[in-house]
Amino acid sequence: MPFVPHTTQDERIMLDAIGVESIEALFDEIPADLRGGVLNNTPEAISEMALVRLMSERAQRDEVSLSFLGAGAYQHHIPAAVWDLVSRGEFMTAYTPYQAEASQGTLQLIYEFQTMMTRLTGMDVANASVYDGASALAEAILMAVRANRGSKSRRVLLAGNMHPNYLSAVHNIVRNQKIELVTIPWLTDSGQLDHKALACHAGEDFAALAISYPNFLGGLEDVHALTRFAHENGQLMIGVVNPMALGILGAPGQWGDTGADIVVGEGQPFGIPIASGGPYLGYMCCKLAIVRQMPGRIIGMTEDTEGKTGFTLTLQAREQHIRRGKATSNICTNQGLLVTAATIYMSLMGDDGIRNIAAKCHLGVKKLLAEATKIEGVSTRFSQAVFHESVLELPKPASVVLAAMAMQGILGGYDLGEVDSALANCMLTNVTEVKTDEDIESFVRVLRSALELN
Amino acid sequence: MLIYEKGSEERSARAQYETVEINLDALPADQIRTDSLGLPAASELQVVRHFTNLSRKNFSIDGEFYPLGSCTMKYNPRGAHKVASIPGFLNRHPMAPEQHSQGYLECLFELQEYLKDLTGMQRVSLTPMAGAQGEFAGVAMIRAYHDKRGDDARTEILIPNAAHGTNPATAVMCGYTVREVAVNKDGDVDIEALKAEVGPQTAGLMMTNPSTCGVFERKVKEIAAIVHEAGGLLYYDGANLNAILGKVKPGDMGFDVLHMNLHKTFATPHGGGGPGSGPVGVGERLAPFVPTPIVGQKEDGTFYWVGKNEIPDSIGNLSAFMGNAGILIRAYAYARLLGRGGMHRVGEYATLNANYMAKELSRAGFTLAYPERRATHEFIVTLSKEAKELGVNAMDFAKRLLDYGYHAPTTYFPLLVPECLLIEPTETESREEMDGFIAAMTSILEEARTTPEVVKNAPFTMPVKRLDDVKAARELNLAWRPS
Repeated sequence: MPFVPHTTQDERIMLDAIGVESIEALFDEIPADLRGGVLNNTPEAISEMALVRLMSERAQRDEVSLSFLGAGAYQHHIPAAVWDLVSRGEFMTAYTPYQAEASQGTLQLIYEFQTMMTRLTGMDVANASVYDGASALAEAILMAVRANRGSKSRRVLLAGNMHPNYLSAVHNIVRNQKIELVTIPWLTDSGQLDHKALACHAGEDFAALAISYPNFLGGLEDVHALTRFAHENGQLMIGVVNPMALGILGAPGQWGDTGADIVVGEGQPFGIPIASGGPYLGYMCCKLAIVRQMPGRIIGMTEDTEGKTGFTLTLQAREQHIRRGKATSNICTNQGLLVTAATIYMSLMGDDGIRNIAAKCHLGVKKLLAEATKIEGVSTRFSQAVFHESVLELPKPASVVLAAMAMQGILGGYDLGEVDSALANCMLTNVTEVKTDEDIESFVRVLRSALELN
Repeated sequence: MLIYEKGSEERSARAQYETVEINLDALPADQIRTDSLGLPAASELQVVRHFTNLSRKNFSIDGEFYPLGSCTMKYNPRGAHKVASIPGFLNRHPMAPEQHSQGYLECLFELQEYLKDLTGMQRVSLTPMAGAQGEFAGVAMIRAYHDKRGDDARTEILIPNAAHGTNPATAVMCGYTVREVAVNKDGDVDIEALKAEVGPQTAGLMMTNPSTCGVFERKVKEIAAIVHEAGGLLYYDGANLNAILGKVKPGDMGFDVLHMNLHKTFATPHGGGGPGSGPVGVGERLAPFVPTPIVGQKEDGTFYWVGKNEIPDSIGNLSAFMGNAGILIRAYAYARLLGRGGMHRVGEYATLNANYMAKELSRAGFTLAYPERRATHEFIVTLSKEAKELGVNAMDFAKRLLDYGYHAPTTYFPLLVPECLLIEPTETESREEMDGFIAAMTSILEEARTTPEVVKNAPFTMPVKRLDDVKAARELNLAWRPS
């Protein structure tokens, strides 16, 4: 019993106090035919020492020397201070801050996070997180349907060049509420949304338009035109935005003439390891006018009985523990510890850091594209401008090339043939600030040799 | 003071990034950022000191006894966090090829097996990212099951009125109407009330057992039979699974589907509000519908992702990748550290601790909500007598406990017990710690009699006094603006 502190004497004293003979007697209200619960398929305990050894061996098996995989999870430098601070027991082992007076650390931190996210996105308010980027988009769509007072529609326009896993997750999460998702196609030459196809829906009743920025193929949409279209047609504008891109790209609060209404996305690039896909953090911002339709926790600044500044959960009448079946969402536990990491990360980097990191990512992908397209038969697939990820078209199936590159210890990107057979020769490749010129040279060298194989 | 107020424009943690030539010529001119990002400007030391000091304003399991009912605030082993932080795990990309993922996949596969063993279920999917998403997956599977059979008359989910708020909220997210079922004075579901509510419109019943009343639902098999006979399915909310870990399997009670909270039962840290992890387990009827991906094993012993191609009726993916993947590693580590023997003892000592505290608090003059019942891993004290006679309510007790160095129990939940404290010590607390808490409660009861204003105005030793929630909601201040 590694973590149970009871001595034999403790146990005796406690059983005597209760007035029973044995621990087993405490289960006497459970019908006899249900008792047992014997485990057959769980191994016996191992020590922490043995566990560390076992897990180190397993983790080592999965190591690769160099990876250019992005596709929604991006490897950035994480300052040592971030996880040293996050791992403090006072952050890591605290509960949801319902007892405000004993949770001022977490509450102030979330208030600071909300402030940073609203300023970065140019929006009015932010919540304390939802699960991840995909579920954040699902919540944004549900929120938009509730919040759009001018529209009775349960239909939403969704960019077809959104991350395919986001598209499927959103469908799976919202479909039981009878919400219809209408996908807008994208252009096979530029990679961007087809504005003509979108224009066909002008005048129809939709609750919202949701786009990805950058889109799944790494490119930048004409966000101003799209936002204008949405607002001219009575739709709320939803942006799924990589927050790191906002170091060099304009804030969604300034898209078009009136700005996006709801901005969500994956907060992972801010101090969170890629770690097999989670835990990450879904961030969520909106305009003040629709804050009462926002799901999740929100922290407000207030005063105590002596007029001292303090922080507390607020607008709780939106939440399941108060409103039950009438809540804005069933979300309870969110991604608090990852919010802690992102807040510390943004505090360390500041404007100058995020701006330089975003610029270096952008510079890196341009370098890689310039070098890789010098190889015969390799070209940039789409004409759209990109942030830090782009699609390379190869003279062979990407699956074959990527497998050959992996043999040499490099994960070259994501095989787009997995999601679209028309893109079987294409791979989605990402460069962040952690990649050196030598890393990019290695990529090109290994790509070249992979293409030379039969 | 906020981090914003500590900075000065030109500062940042300069060791953390390289300054580059900012060339944005390849970007559309009207999309380039021209305004400030609005982030703080502080030195690395200022940031480290600020957040270290903020952390000191928190209660936590590592610092204090934290007997929050239904939250299972047990010790979170440091070793589990350490192994999840091994570089090979941290740097594994979610879309890495399977041959570069065997170490990770093996952990997940084995965790699926352990969870099946513990719950008596046939198939487990680890992807839901919190208890509430596990609930969503469970109810969505119930819906998929009825839909597949063409049984579209089932529009209602039954939920006992003591249930967590997430249960009705989840049912609504899955497109169902909620019908609440009364709980009787002993804390059991009222069987007659259930019979009156159940029918051909019933899609299923969501239930927590032990319930949030801190008692075991004795007639669970009868309830299961009633719901099954009407064609509905049974959902087990695993919020209180810690009480019966290694003693009773939900599968044996007749449940068709359940979720587990790994951040409760499997000791992964709560993180000040998350992340959680809410794997689902299903019996035979719902096995074709589990959310993807799950992990399978090939004949040659290697592990692989199982997706919709193998589970065509799956309700699909609910996250971008594999849920809260790193939490699964921590839960796996916890399972290995405890092993079979340790698992068997979790429910036993959690129950021993709760019954000891219930008995001792009763001796000290407190009123138990269900005095005739055995406590499970938690129990309820009701302070309605104190509120009426002394004018000191459950909130006052909760706030005063903070001054004594104990986190408050869950207050005012379940809603059906007035002025209640729901107390859950967990198996990892020592007798001395619990005795200290009991002494504090006894002392506060004495204060309530002699100097009630001390209790009513508590806390006195926290970073702030009681906060004005009304002001927070009326004069919304949700983000800082420089004055």
